[in-house]
Amino acid sequence: MGIEVRLPTVLRSAAGGQATVSVEGETIGEVLKDLTNNFPGLGAQVIAEDGTLHRFVNVYLNDDDVRYLERLETKVVDGDVISILPAVAGGTL
Amino acid sequence: MTVYSSVLDIIGRTPMIDISQLSPNPRVRIIAKLEGQNPGGSVKDRIALAMIEQAEKEGLLQPGSTLIEPSSGNTGIGLAMVCKVKGYNLKIVLPSNVSVERTQLLSVWGAEIIQSPGSEGSNGAVRMARKLAAEHPEWVFLYQYANPSNPRAHYESTGPEIWHDVPEVTHFIAGLGTSGTLIGVGKYLKEKNPKVQVWAIEPPSGEMVDGLRNLDDGYIPPIFIDNDGEHLLDRKTVVGPKESIEWTRKLVDAGLFVGISSGAIMAGAVKCANLIEEGTIVTIVCDGGWKYLSTGAWTDDIDQVTERAKKIIYF
Repeated sequence: MGIEVRLPTVLRSAAGGQATVSVEGETIGEVLKDLTNNFPGLGAQVIAEDGTLHRFVNVYLNDDDVRYLERLETKVVDGDVISILPAVAGGTL
Repeated sequence: MTVYSSVLDIIGRTPMIDISQLSPNPRVRIIAKLEGQNPGGSVKDRIALAMIEQAEKEGLLQPGSTLIEPSSGNTGIGLAMVCKVKGYNLKIVLPSNVSVERTQLLSVWGAEIIQSPGSEGSNGAVRMARKLAAEHPEWVFLYQYANPSNPRAHYESTGPEIWHDVPEVTHFIAGLGTSGTLIGVGKYLKEKNPKVQVWAIEPPSGEMVDGLRNLDDGYIPPIFIDNDGEHLLDRKTVVGPKESIEWTRKLVDAGLFVGISSGAIMAGAVKCANLIEEGTIVTIVCDGGWKYLSTGAWTDDIDQVTERAKKIIYF
């Protein structure tokens, strides 16, 4: 069944227009690697040159931002939903 | 009772209520800090006053000065109240899709409203306010997202108040917007007890993200970067509108009539209580429910309200 990755509108064109793609991997890092192998155009937009997450990208494992879990080492299991989202201003402003 | 000379003197020193009856874990207490008790009705009164007083100290404001600020509501309302009392003019850049009461309250306090496209959310309001401020150097732009007085207000007031009332706090949970509350309170509490965990709750970014043309249109508040928010926060969790409204309703069982973002923060507190063995969670109730009555959050079918909530900025 694999892992479902949801892409924001701004990244879909680099993934053949798909809103969700199914990928394999046991960690967030492996999942993103599988994703960017399948869609090389996503690579630089998601992962920065130094190998960390692009600063304007947030990656969520189900509801939790992975930067505050184990980052790219965060474990994932079949059935998890990963969302990639741009960082935007929100909140009670 | 003390008689105060100004409404500004009753900002802060808000009460805390034990709402552990809503905790799913009998070994975890949950205590809410009722920021809706501030005179302008929200936690944002604190930063509104702090930012204006700092600008006064720096000589940026004279009687009759004009200020401009992007806000989806509460900061604008707090600023409008302070400006009314102090005799300044205020322009608020407000996304068009906020609840009608937020717009009405801004008018009550005499603020001029400049609408930004609802589809662009708070990002769009920030962008428009920055542009207008650049075009009008004579206007004072406090810019809550980058103003050090924002987190400082919480470091100097909200944080010490929590520590004074609940020194046994193990987890602090608040909403993530400018990040001012989380940075200021989080920093203070961690200085007092490094073991305190700080959790951020955010709404799904939803439709406004669809307005982004490229990732570099993304935005991280400067105060979050300047204060190394990534290092300070221990967890960041999204809570959706349905769950937020469910908890907004359940809080009524504890006697609390609160805004929808406070329901979201409560949902985060419940998740936290389920994950930890024992502890004391302090949550922020950002505002009361008054400004959200028009959404039908307490009265209408929950699925209908959820759909409505997706189209407005309630956080």
